[in-house]
Amino acid sequence: MSEVRYTDQHEWIRLEGDEATIGITKFAAESLGDVVFVELPASGKAVVAGGEAAVVESVKAASDIYAPAGGTVTIANSMLEAAPSKVNEDPEGEGWFFKIKLSNKDEFTKLMDAVAYAKFVGSL
Amino acid sequence: MALSTDILRRTPLYALHLELGGKMVPFAGYEMPVQYPAGILREHLHTREKCGLFDVSHMGQAFLSGDMAALERVTPADVAGLKEGMQRYGLLLTPAGTIMDDFMFSRLAGEADLYLVVNAGTKEADFAYISEKLKGAATLMPRLDRALLALQGPAAAQVLERHSPGISDLTFMKVARATLAGVPAIISRTGYTGEDGFEISIEGSDAEYVARAFLGEAEVMPIGLGARDSLRLEAGLCLYGHDMDENTNPVEANLVWSIGKRRREVQDFPAGAKIMDLVANGTPTKRVGIRPEGRAPAREGTEITDKSGRIIGKITSGGFGPSLNAPVAMGYVESAFAADGTALDLMVRGKLLPATVTRMPFVPHTYRR
Repeated sequence: MSEVRYTDQHEWIRLEGDEATIGITKFAAESLGDVVFVELPASGKAVVAGGEAAVVESVKAASDIYAPAGGTVTIANSMLEAAPSKVNEDPEGEGWFFKIKLSNKDEFTKLMDAVAYAKFVGSL
Repeated sequence: MALSTDILRRTPLYALHLELGGKMVPFAGYEMPVQYPAGILREHLHTREKCGLFDVSHMGQAFLSGDMAALERVTPADVAGLKEGMQRYGLLLTPAGTIMDDFMFSRLAGEADLYLVVNAGTKEADFAYISEKLKGAATLMPRLDRALLALQGPAAAQVLERHSPGISDLTFMKVARATLAGVPAIISRTGYTGEDGFEISIEGSDAEYVARAFLGEAEVMPIGLGARDSLRLEAGLCLYGHDMDENTNPVEANLVWSIGKRRREVQDFPAGAKIMDLVANGTPTKRVGIRPEGRAPAREGTEITDKSGRIIGKITSGGFGPSLNAPVAMGYVESAFAADGTALDLMVRGKLLPATVTRMPFVPHTYRR
């Protein structure tokens, strides 16, 4: 059983047990355009909620990816180094960025759920 | 002259861009498509493989009548020596000899006027400056009502030939009036992608009709400003306001080739003696091509260091080159580091990224000479 939450910076975070997978939403991937490079955090790196955690570069520009919640990076999706286009093809699946061991579940719970995020995107 | 920042202008193809799903962004005072649904990567690759259609109607077109050689007061290019039916590249220089813009000028067969195309963001200032400097000798007539399309790529000639039979006889940097799909056009065999291709000036009221005729051809895809930028960067072509501006002289910008031979001898252009002295003795910095290692692009403004970490320059254009499947950049470095093959570092997000000075174009030009 997993739960997904969203940030107003268009990251998603999916919680399974105390490990959370993080990526960017379909909306974000479409806005960025073709992704050509992803810089991922190293395993063991501590990230804080709202802090810079990764970088995604499209043909046009570089964008920071923020950690939706704090924790310690357990693994990054090294497949994106060779195939950054996965971010466009399957942003909320195979195009995930990294996983963290969540340090405070409250930071996860207070984020937007799918319905609230859809409403937020609709308002943009 | 400042443009109003709030009111964006539109080209005659604005409605067509929307219909094609163009993502519109403000650019040089215009609402322009940065990309269409295919996306920048596919648009870029399609232009190199087949043919891309670009709306460049935001650029400044004008006719100069009177003594056309008077244009030599503001450019070091050889204007007086331009033969009928030929187009040439020129720099518009400030009185101090720095670069106010770059532009194309053409002499149409049997016509007294010179046809000019300048950059979109600088056109008002350029036209005012040229008019003032040529007062009494020649008159500039801006033609903001005209549209400009570019058809670029290996299939461009065969596509254009279908709508303007005989046009593919034009070779690189030649220009002619022609009938295109039944409407009058000025067609030159030039472009800003490094590919073979054409630039097509037509009445604004004919633009949508002509664009639709091209888009009806199987080889043609509409291309936005995003791919226009990645194509020109791979081709090693300068973007005004980024790779050169009013703080840059033609020598450090590596554009001395655009100074006419006769002009170099006579030195009768703005700051001519000073510029020819720089040609002879060198400049402290030089514009070079740079290939970063790995896949991370180094964007405009990135600091360039030597291998000991000392800052020796800055990136002025940087991005990802879809045809190379690798990042590419150009920038200015101290002249001692300008030789091809020189190893450098780029400061990207606080980390040093190894890079190499590389001869441009990064992707070979395929002009039909």
